[in-house]
Amino acid sequence: MILMKNKIALVLFSIAVVPGVLLAAEPKVHVEPPNLHGPRQLQDQTATAVVRDYVESWQSLAAALRQNRADLLDQDFIGTAKDKLMDTIHQQVALGLHTRYQDRAHKIQIVFYSPDGLSIQLVDDVEYEERVVDHQKVLATQHTHTRYTVVMTPAETRWRVRIFQAEPE
Amino acid sequence: MKLRFACLIVATLFAALPLAYAQDGRMTLPKIVEAGNAFSIQSTGSGKGVLYIAGPGQVLKRDVQLGQPAYFETGSLYNAGRYLVVLVSGSSTDSGWFSVAPGSKPANLSFLARPSRLSIGLHNGISGTLYIFDVFHNLITKPTPVSFKLSIPSGAVQQRTVTAHLGEATTEMDSGTKEGFAQFEAQVDGISSTRVVEQVPGSPCGLKMSAQPAGNQIHLQTDPVRDCSGNAVPDGTIVTFTENYNGTRSTADVPLKHGIAQVELPAHPGATITVASGVVLGNEIRWQK
Repeated sequence: MILMKNKIALVLFSIAVVPGVLLAAEPKVHVEPPNLHGPRQLQDQTATAVVRDYVESWQSLAAALRQNRADLLDQDFIGTAKDKLMDTIHQQVALGLHTRYQDRAHKIQIVFYSPDGLSIQLVDDVEYEERVVDHQKVLATQHTHTRYTVVMTPAETRWRVRIFQAEPE
Repeated sequence: MKLRFACLIVATLFAALPLAYAQDGRMTLPKIVEAGNAFSIQSTGSGKGVLYIAGPGQVLKRDVQLGQPAYFETGSLYNAGRYLVVLVSGSSTDSGWFSVAPGSKPANLSFLARPSRLSIGLHNGISGTLYIFDVFHNLITKPTPVSFKLSIPSGAVQQRTVTAHLGEATTEMDSGTKEGFAQFEAQVDGISSTRVVEQVPGSPCGLKMSAQPAGNQIHLQTDPVRDCSGNAVPDGTIVTFTENYNGTRSTADVPLKHGIAQVELPAHPGATITVASGVVLGNEIRWQK
């Protein structure tokens, strides 16, 4: 886990130095400067933590949906986002399905920081691969590019995803 | 012989055609479906197939008859997002994507007003953040007008209209000049959410005490303690009396009771007595008797 965090930190750091850099086996992460429309200023440390925790949440999501284990969502998801993902896992279990998600690239921009500091909204142009597996048989693998709207809220030690929604194409 | 051979080839082709068609099983997908709305997916070919619709928000699996539309009734697919659709028929597979858009009508509001308690007279002291959802708790991301209204105890109303951006709207309001409970309301398309914000008096303003002899003591008493808007400062607020005499200092911390603070300190001719509450200083008395 610590190794994973270090890798993400390294990716973020590398991006600050050389935009668009790609580390093998990790998603390419590009962070745009914040475009805030709220009155509250966003500190660099907060922005870095939010992006780090959001990118990590994709790994939790992928692991939870691949293994059909709702408990793997606990660290990174809360509220509506967690409820919906848990429902999906229950549906997958009932149907004998698994889905495998692999995020390939993120282009993230923070667009709102609430005045009370209790929510941060970001948009992510994400490229990912989805694979549908029925009783261990891979049915299809497809690559897509879509835009997610995400709301994150602070928990004890990290930011958690509260709203996680792809925009219609 | 040649004719027989040609007939055989043609017959074989015709016989194989339905099988090839059944294995074809191509889909025509809608581009966007509104969350919770009925929709259908058309396929080609004949025979049976299995249709999968999978996204992080929802997963469906359904047996379908190829060549006929597969109908999904109202409420089948209700979580907004991007979905991978896979049609499996025999050994052939077709796949594609479509989107589910949030409903257009707001049904649920998540409204956070902060703080729940604050002093009067603070510019932009109250903030409200609103997230707008449809009936399925999808964030409605299209621009949506939001009306914020703060009704303060004096009867004055502050109102702001803002446009929600990506499902979120925020505003800031000033606290009023009168203590009491303010109603902070957010309204979108006929539905509203209200929070209560308590406005409490500010710091004491014009703190003043008077002194009277009481035997070998001085009886000190403040005037009714009020903030700068005339609101009574709550009982329990600490008022500090300090007496300086001949290089020594005596201090008494007294809570307000019925709006005033009173105490008795030793009467030393030439003593200087001051009164304060928090960072607010009141008047000073030099005791001469």
